[in-house]
Amino acid sequence: MVINSRFFNRSELLGFLALAVLLLLILPLSLDIFRLNLVAKYLTYAFVGIGLVLCWGYGGILSLGQGVFFGLGGYCMAMYLKLEASSVANTKIQSTPGIPDFMDWNQITQLPLFWKPFHSFPVTLLAILLVPAFFALIIGAAMFKRRVGGVYFAIITQAIAAILTILIVGQQGYTGGINGITDLRTLHGWDIRTDHAKFILYFVEVVLLFGCIVAAQFIRLTKLGRILVAMREQEDRVRFSGYSVANFKIFAFCAAAVFAAIGGAMFTLEVGFMSPSFVGIVPSIEMVIYTAVGGRMSIFGAVWGALLVNFAKTSLSESFPQLWLFGLGALFIAVVLAFPNGLAGVWADHIQPRIDRLLASRRSKSAGLVADGAPAE
Amino acid sequence: MLVGHQPKDFLLAVSGLTVSFDGFKAVNDLSFYVEENEIRVIIGPNGAGKTTVLDLICGKTRATSGSIQFRGQELTRLRENEIVQAGVGRKFQTPSVFEDLTVFENLEISYPRGRTVFGSLTFQRDDAVKQRVEEVAEMIFLKDRLNTYADQLSHGQKQWLEIGMLLIQDPDLLMLDEPVAGMSVSERAKTAELLNRIIKDRSVLVIEHDMKFVEDIAHKVTVLHQGQILSEGTMEHVKNDPKVIEVYLGH
Repeated sequence: MVINSRFFNRSELLGFLALAVLLLLILPLSLDIFRLNLVAKYLTYAFVGIGLVLCWGYGGILSLGQGVFFGLGGYCMAMYLKLEASSVANTKIQSTPGIPDFMDWNQITQLPLFWKPFHSFPVTLLAILLVPAFFALIIGAAMFKRRVGGVYFAIITQAIAAILTILIVGQQGYTGGINGITDLRTLHGWDIRTDHAKFILYFVEVVLLFGCIVAAQFIRLTKLGRILVAMREQEDRVRFSGYSVANFKIFAFCAAAVFAAIGGAMFTLEVGFMSPSFVGIVPSIEMVIYTAVGGRMSIFGAVWGALLVNFAKTSLSESFPQLWLFGLGALFIAVVLAFPNGLAGVWADHIQPRIDRLLASRRSKSAGLVADGAPAE
Repeated sequence: MLVGHQPKDFLLAVSGLTVSFDGFKAVNDLSFYVEENEIRVIIGPNGAGKTTVLDLICGKTRATSGSIQFRGQELTRLRENEIVQAGVGRKFQTPSVFEDLTVFENLEISYPRGRTVFGSLTFQRDDAVKQRVEEVAEMIFLKDRLNTYADQLSHGQKQWLEIGMLLIQDPDLLMLDEPVAGMSVSERAKTAELLNRIIKDRSVLVIEHDMKFVEDIAHKVTVLHQGQILSEGTMEHVKNDPKVIEVYLGH
């Protein structure tokens, strides 16, 4: 994809470059590997945020169940890693060697059928993208074809997040239960627990993130992006312009699901385990808050939102563990009441114009001195 | 009157159309026929079911019974977007345009190409699209406002924009719900001029209260009252119908 001035406008290009400098240079050079790994963890939520910008910001579809797709992506990756860690040699003390340890503890003697495809790495990569997309397709088709929308859709997605959590916790023998899938070691033979691996994984994740940013920007700039905005405002007018509104909503929801799943898969790799505590209602709502704080209409805003809120969460919950949830709630209320377009909105409405004015006044000054007005600085 | 099924030369054949909302029949056993290139105006007192008839034809409301045939195609079984693709365009009473998009983008969305999800992902704003958008923008007096966001437009301009969005669809049957309502006198005159230009080569179904406007454009008038046809014919005929005078014009 050629990044030209049409694809990113001036301020978007600057935003892209600023983010690239921060993530690829400043942070890796200034942080130790523990902190860098934390940043990597924060960034996994940026993937979810990008999906929410398309689905919620543009399409007006508020999903309070993005944890489901984050979890599905994460679990797909975890299942592959777990199978690799559960080789016969590693598990010879179990009563059934060669199956994950939690299955053995739950008296399961054979690998369940749905685990078998995850022996293959290519199949796993496909599953990370396709399983959440398929799941979103089913939910989307069931809801949007029946014209369920707005608050009702939000509540149903939230219920689905709760149901999936209960299912994972309840089916301990198949899913690892409340502990999740732990003790993950290698990815295709490559040890992911070392500092060096974490460093490499961080860069893989940042590259994937930029890939997702470009993909989301591409969708935003096609006619489909404009139809999403149109749909948010005047659903009927879109329908009576000859479009199947349900299909466009399903697409937006599926796209958001795939972005979230990529984040989830990276989360498993960065953090080294996956558990139902990243699937349920609370993490799903937190993901929406990151996006709202960053700015639900801005792809870059969503990335900044995920980084900053998570950074605040880590620093605050280290010092005041009980206060954090109240802080997060207050932050959300403040953003919704005072800055409906989040940090990106504050930037675009208050900071950007000042910078522009400053630059413009400088330029006119230097234009007075230099004939062609090219700023020397 | 007409026995058996509609002959082929009717563009739109509505027969035995009934819709009931919790037992209240907003439209009751209604039958009427619109020919190719005919301009039909529906008038009637408030609550007569005029807007409901348009809602039924465009699929916004589902009929309880009866049939709507458009070029021999049964519309009551189609989805809204399929009805649009069959060639029926509808303008709503209150202007419904996309306020967060520009005039150009509003018109472009209505351009009849790339209407599927993947079609819209691969849609290119080529010369044919630009030319058509500019052509229509000129017709609806918005040529110099193409890059204006629609929320900056006046009420009348929004109405024109929505008419433009319909024009770009190039429907065979155009349905307009009170196109001049809420407009200033000068806007009204301009709209009448606009409508007179765009109604060529297509059939039009208009709901309107402005009697002068109706007289200007109507080929045939249908008077609705309590979901049923009270009278139908030329404006002259309808105006002199004692039943019409009693329930509608006399007031």
